[in-house]
Amino acid sequence: MTALLGALIGRLPIGWLQLIHSRTRLAAAMAGVAFANILVLVQLGIMGSLNNSILISYGLLNADIMISAENANTLTEGDNVARQRMFQALGVPGVQSAMPFYVATADWERADGTSTAFVTFGIDPEKGDYLDAGLAPFAPRLRLRDSAVVDRLARNMDASALETLGPDDPLRFEVRGVTLSAIDSFAAGGGFAGDGYMLVSDQTFHRIFPNRSTGAPDHILIKIAPDADPGVVLAALQAQFDGTGLRVRSFADAALEDQDYQTTERPTGLIFGFGVVIGVLVGIVIVYQILSTDVADHLAEYATFKAMGYGQSMFLGIVLEQAVILGILGFVPGIAVSWLLYEMLGAMTGLPVELTFATTAAVFVGTIIACLVSGAIATRRLAAADPADLF
Amino acid sequence: MNAPARNPALPAVAEVPAIRVAGLNHWFGEGEARKQALFDVDLTVRPGSLTVLMGPSGSGKTTVLTLMGCLREVQDGSVELLGHELNGAREADLVLYRRRLGFIFQAHNLHGSLTARQNVMMGLQVHGHRDEATQRKAAAHILGALGLGDRLDYLPGNLSGGQKQRVAVARALVGNPAVVFADEPTAALDKESGMTVVRMLKELGRQRGTTTMMVTHDNRILELADRIVTMEDGRTVKDTAP
Repeated sequence: MTALLGALIGRLPIGWLQLIHSRTRLAAAMAGVAFANILVLVQLGIMGSLNNSILISYGLLNADIMISAENANTLTEGDNVARQRMFQALGVPGVQSAMPFYVATADWERADGTSTAFVTFGIDPEKGDYLDAGLAPFAPRLRLRDSAVVDRLARNMDASALETLGPDDPLRFEVRGVTLSAIDSFAAGGGFAGDGYMLVSDQTFHRIFPNRSTGAPDHILIKIAPDADPGVVLAALQAQFDGTGLRVRSFADAALEDQDYQTTERPTGLIFGFGVVIGVLVGIVIVYQILSTDVADHLAEYATFKAMGYGQSMFLGIVLEQAVILGILGFVPGIAVSWLLYEMLGAMTGLPVELTFATTAAVFVGTIIACLVSGAIATRRLAAADPADLF
Repeated sequence: MNAPARNPALPAVAEVPAIRVAGLNHWFGEGEARKQALFDVDLTVRPGSLTVLMGPSGSGKTTVLTLMGCLREVQDGSVELLGHELNGAREADLVLYRRRLGFIFQAHNLHGSLTARQNVMMGLQVHGHRDEATQRKAAAHILGALGLGDRLDYLPGNLSGGQKQRVAVARALVGNPAVVFADEPTAALDKESGMTVVRMLKELGRQRGTTTMMVTHDNRILELADRIVTMEDGRTVKDTAP
């Protein structure tokens, strides 16, 4: 290791030798870096799961353009859109079809006190093409009154009981006083808006939520003709609804804006973003403490090296060498523990937490940068090494 | 051994005094507390000689040593080291001059995380770090000459006081310095190793023209010195050749 580092740096790896000479300090520094890494990674993991869960909700649907109320920042929030807007939209050239989309959350409360909050999508069973290709075959089967397709990855659910569902062997359960028959299941998973998803027909939706009017869907989904230019159709729709207080966006943009809103404007997103900042600061402070103590402990040695004719750049090199080594050594246990925590978090909450390569790489680069910043601050102590004091 | 890179533009060491001090004054402290430590010191040192600085503590010998060794900024007067004026020299130049010097301190000041051999190699790497194998060999050679051939890979914490001091001597001499500054180098050494060190310095003076400036009270060394300069209260009061 010493020889390898020596070849890499082009001199004796003094920083490394100093670090391994005081093992306690090395262990403390590694633990500090690892701790900061875990803080940051867990916050990022939860934030990533927030983003993932939003993508999953949009991924259940399949549309080109979405018309929503101005204050509908997410799929489930905001005012309704008058159904007549759909007929206006259908008059715009290039619009092939449209579907009113209803969404609300329904709790399935069980006798044992547990409950599952289903984000319930009310769709037109004749328009299965508005569902993700994997879900589209369910649409015709939803025509049967009070039938539903449920999310087997939903929280507090026994997934194994849902796997054997069939038209002849449905699972009956009661939601808001309506007895539904789960005729099949799909895999989506819970998010921050609910514990899981449930698909029903628009008719069934209104039986579950009798206070909702069929004339006021939450969003209007639109598909454009295959030969139409999406940009042109979008612009035409936007012009059509200009001044009506409606948002007309491509479906992909709506998903991105939803993510942006939830991660940067909602308290949840802000809290986790703040957690990341705190993690970085904690890491910088710990590494700074360790490095500056190490510099202070070696002032006499550094002063000797100064007397021998070593320049400032060598001392900066030693401290930065230590910073990078601490970053790398701390990152390894940090990422390992974080991976375990991700697994536990995913199992406990059902949230789609995932340790991606991009996150890992970004956190590694960030760790090295943060360590270098700490090292750069710690080098200020080097000025105290005065060779004239040695005699 | 790796010789230090010498600037070809410089005159050969033998043509000019190794050190020439003229009208050197030095003060410590600021304002009211400002106190003069050196008064008009003049001293010219021949290359290859061994000069001993003597005097009671506080007489200014260490101050003279640090000024000549580029470790302190010259305030007033002239210090010429190997033909370079140190008064007003830039820090970057002082760093370069220091690479041609060897320092042996009263405390060994070894780096506790480096082995004996690695500590000595630090004296070579200041001149560049190519050819590590040669540097390892050179370090082993000089440690062997100082009787530490079987302690090459020991950390200073596992060496006795005398052994540590000999490693420090090896580190100062391995780079083949033009001038060696030593402050009580034999204080931590037994009689025999002390004499080994001094004889080594004398030998380097004869063979390579290495100049030695030494602060010491050790009578055994005085006999080997080419010149003895005595200081009192910041002035040179006696200058003799034994």
